[in-house]
Amino acid sequence: MANMKRSLGIGLWFMFLTLPLMVVRVNTINQEIEWRWSNMIWVGICAFAIAWLWQFSINRRANQRAHVAADAHPEVEKLSFAQRLADDPVLSKRVLLVAAAAAVVFPWLVSTGQNFYHVNVMVSALIFVVLGLGLNITVGLAGLLDLGYIAFFAVGAYTYALLSKNFDLGFWTCLPLGGLMGMLFGIVLGFPILRLRGDYLAIVTLGFASITKIVLENWDTVFGGAAGIANIPRPEFFGMALDGRQKSVYTYYIVLALVALTILVTNRLKNSRIGRAWMALREDEIACVAMGVDMARTKLSAYALGAFWAGLVGVIFAAHNNFINPDSFTFMDSAMILAMVVLGGMGSILGVIIAALALKLLPEYLRAFAEYRMLVFGGVMVLMMIFRPQGLINNMRRKYECDTVEGNHDGEK
Amino acid sequence: MDFEYLFELLCGGVVKGSIYALIALGYTMVYGIIQLINFAHGEVYMIGAFVAFIVAGILTLTGYSGLTVLVLAAVVAVIYAAAYGYTLEKIAYRPLRNAPRLSPLISAIGASIFLMNYVQLAQTPDFLPFPELVSDFDFMEPISRYLSSVDLVILIVTTVTMIALTVLIKYTKIGKAMRATQQDQVMARLVGINVDRVISATFIIGSVLAAIAGVLIASRTGQINSAIGFMAGLKAFTAAVLGGIGNIPGAVLGGLVLGIAETLGAGYISSAYEDVFAFGLLVLILILRPAGLLGKAVKQKV
Repeated sequence: MANMKRSLGIGLWFMFLTLPLMVVRVNTINQEIEWRWSNMIWVGICAFAIAWLWQFSINRRANQRAHVAADAHPEVEKLSFAQRLADDPVLSKRVLLVAAAAAVVFPWLVSTGQNFYHVNVMVSALIFVVLGLGLNITVGLAGLLDLGYIAFFAVGAYTYALLSKNFDLGFWTCLPLGGLMGMLFGIVLGFPILRLRGDYLAIVTLGFASITKIVLENWDTVFGGAAGIANIPRPEFFGMALDGRQKSVYTYYIVLALVALTILVTNRLKNSRIGRAWMALREDEIACVAMGVDMARTKLSAYALGAFWAGLVGVIFAAHNNFINPDSFTFMDSAMILAMVVLGGMGSILGVIIAALALKLLPEYLRAFAEYRMLVFGGVMVLMMIFRPQGLINNMRRKYECDTVEGNHDGEK
Repeated sequence: MDFEYLFELLCGGVVKGSIYALIALGYTMVYGIIQLINFAHGEVYMIGAFVAFIVAGILTLTGYSGLTVLVLAAVVAVIYAAAYGYTLEKIAYRPLRNAPRLSPLISAIGASIFLMNYVQLAQTPDFLPFPELVSDFDFMEPISRYLSSVDLVILIVTTVTMIALTVLIKYTKIGKAMRATQQDQVMARLVGINVDRVISATFIIGSVLAAIAGVLIASRTGQINSAIGFMAGLKAFTAAVLGGIGNIPGAVLGGLVLGIAETLGAGYISSAYEDVFAFGLLVLILILRPAGLLGKAVKQKV
C-alpha cells in the first residue's frame, strides 16, 4: 500500500516534470501553440507503473541480499542459460560450432540472386560486433573508458578511402595499413593521456573524437568535407569480376573471418600475461603497480590494440559502403558501441556479441522502434548500471571471499 | 595589429566565457562533492533553454513582450531545471553511490543520451528560433560594436549569480554543509549533516545555474536545438578542468580563459575550427598541469 502511494506521488511528479516539454509545442512558423494533453496521461500511467516496478525490484534485491547474508553456506546460484554457456567449456564449444556453421551457411539461406538485403544488414551488424569486441579490450578488460572509439574507426575508413583514391592501392594492402594507422593514432593519443585518471580519459577521448570529426568535415581538400568520399572500391577477389550479391557475400565472409580472428585473439589474450595485467589494472591500479606491472605500457597496449581493431574494421566498412562521410562517425555511434560492451557485460566476449547483434539488428527489423532507439539505449544504460552492472553475461573471475558478509562499505573511499 | 578588432574579440570572449563559467560551476560543485562527472549537466542546460522557449512562446503569442517575458521564462526554466537535476540525481546517481567509479559515469552518459532524445522526440530535432526579448538599450549605442545589449544583460546576470553563489557557499548553513561534505563525507555525516540532502542541494544549485546559462545563451544566439547541451556541456567541463575541477573560483577563471581563447582562435585563425581550440586547450592542460590552473595536486592515498 505504501508502495502504491509512493508510486502515485512519483507518477504525479513526472507529470509535472514533463508538462512543458511533452504537452506544449510552439509552432513558430504558423504562430500557433499545440496542446497535447493526452501525452500527459500516458506519462502519468507509465511513470506510475515504472515506479511501482522499480520499488518492487529494489525490495526484492534487498530481500535477496538479506537472504544471502543470513545463509552461512550459500547454495550454488541458479544461472541463466547464457551464463552457463559462458562458463561451461564443453557446452560452449558445441554451441560455438553450431553458431559457426549457421554463420557460414547464412548468406546462402537468406539471399537470392536479386535480394541480398539481409546479407548487407548482417555485414553492418558484424562490423559492429568487431567494434564491440575491440572496445571490449579497452573498456572491458583494461577498464579504460574510451568515449571516442569511433574516431579510430574513422581513421581506418579514411585510410582506405584516401589510399585507394590517391595511390590506387587495393583492399588487401590497405586492410593491415588501416589497422596500423588506427593503432598509430591510438598510441600518439594515448601516450600523453593515459597517465590521467579514468574520468579525465573519457573526456579527452570524447574531445579527440569531436576534433577528428570537425577536421574531417572542414578540411575539404584532403578529406572531401561533409560530402565525404565516394566510389570506394569493393574488396577484390583474385581479379575476378563479382556481381552485387557475390560482392556482399564475399564481404560477409571477410567480416566473419575477422570476427572469428577477434574472438580468438581476445580469448587468448584474456588468459595471457598481459591480459591478466589488464584485468588487475582494472580492478585496482595501485595494487597492480605495486605488484610490478608497468602501468603505462600495459594501458597503452590495451588502448593501441583496441584502436587497431577499429582501424581494421574501418577499412571493411569503407569497402562495404562504397562511400564514407563524417556523419557515420558521431558521438552517438561511440555511445552505441559502448552500450554494447556495457550491456553485454564488460570483458565477456559472448555477451558483447549478443548485445552487438541485438542492438544493431533489432532497430533494423523493427522500423517503428528505430525512432526510439537512442532513447531506449540511454535508459537501458542507466538501468543496467543500477540493476545488473555485470551485464548480460557475468565475466567475474573466480574469487575467494571471506565469510564476513556484514561490513560497512559506506566509509571506504 | 588591429587593436579595435582585438578588443571586439576580447569582449565577445568574456561574454561567452562567463556563460561557460556558469555551466562549469555546476560540474565543479558536483565533482567536488561526489567525484562524478555529471555528463547530463549539459542536458539540464538544454532543457532549461527549451522550457524558457516554450514559456516565452506562449507569452509572446498571447501578446506580451520584452524583458518581463524573459524574466518569467527564466524563472519557470530555473524551476524546471532544478526539478530535473534533482530527479536525475535520485534516479541515475543515488543508487550507484558506492558502486565502482565507472558505473555512475556510464549511467551519466546513458542519462545524457536519454534526455537528449526525450526532448528531440517530445519537441523537434530541428533548430527553433528563440524570440528576441532584449530590446536594444539607447545608452549602449556608442559601444554596441563591442558589446550588444544582450551581452550587457548576460554580464550583469552572470556577475550577480556568481556573487549570490559565493554568498550562499560562504555564509549560509547549507553552504557550510556543502563545504564540509566536500572535505570529508564520513566526518560530515558524523557531525550530523544530512549528506544526501546536501548532494541533492548541490545538484539543484548546479541545475539552476545551468538553466540561467541556457536562457542567456538562447537569447544571444537566437536559436535552440535538442543537441546544444552536448557541446555546451563538453565545453563547460573543459572550463572546469582548466580551472581545476572541484574549485569554484577556478571554474569561473577556466570559463573566461576558454571563452577568450576560443574567440581569439576563431577570430584570427578560422571559425570552423573553434571547437578544436577548446579541446586542444583541454588536452594541453591535462598533459601539462592536470590539476588545472587553480587546483592543487592531490596526492593519492592508499
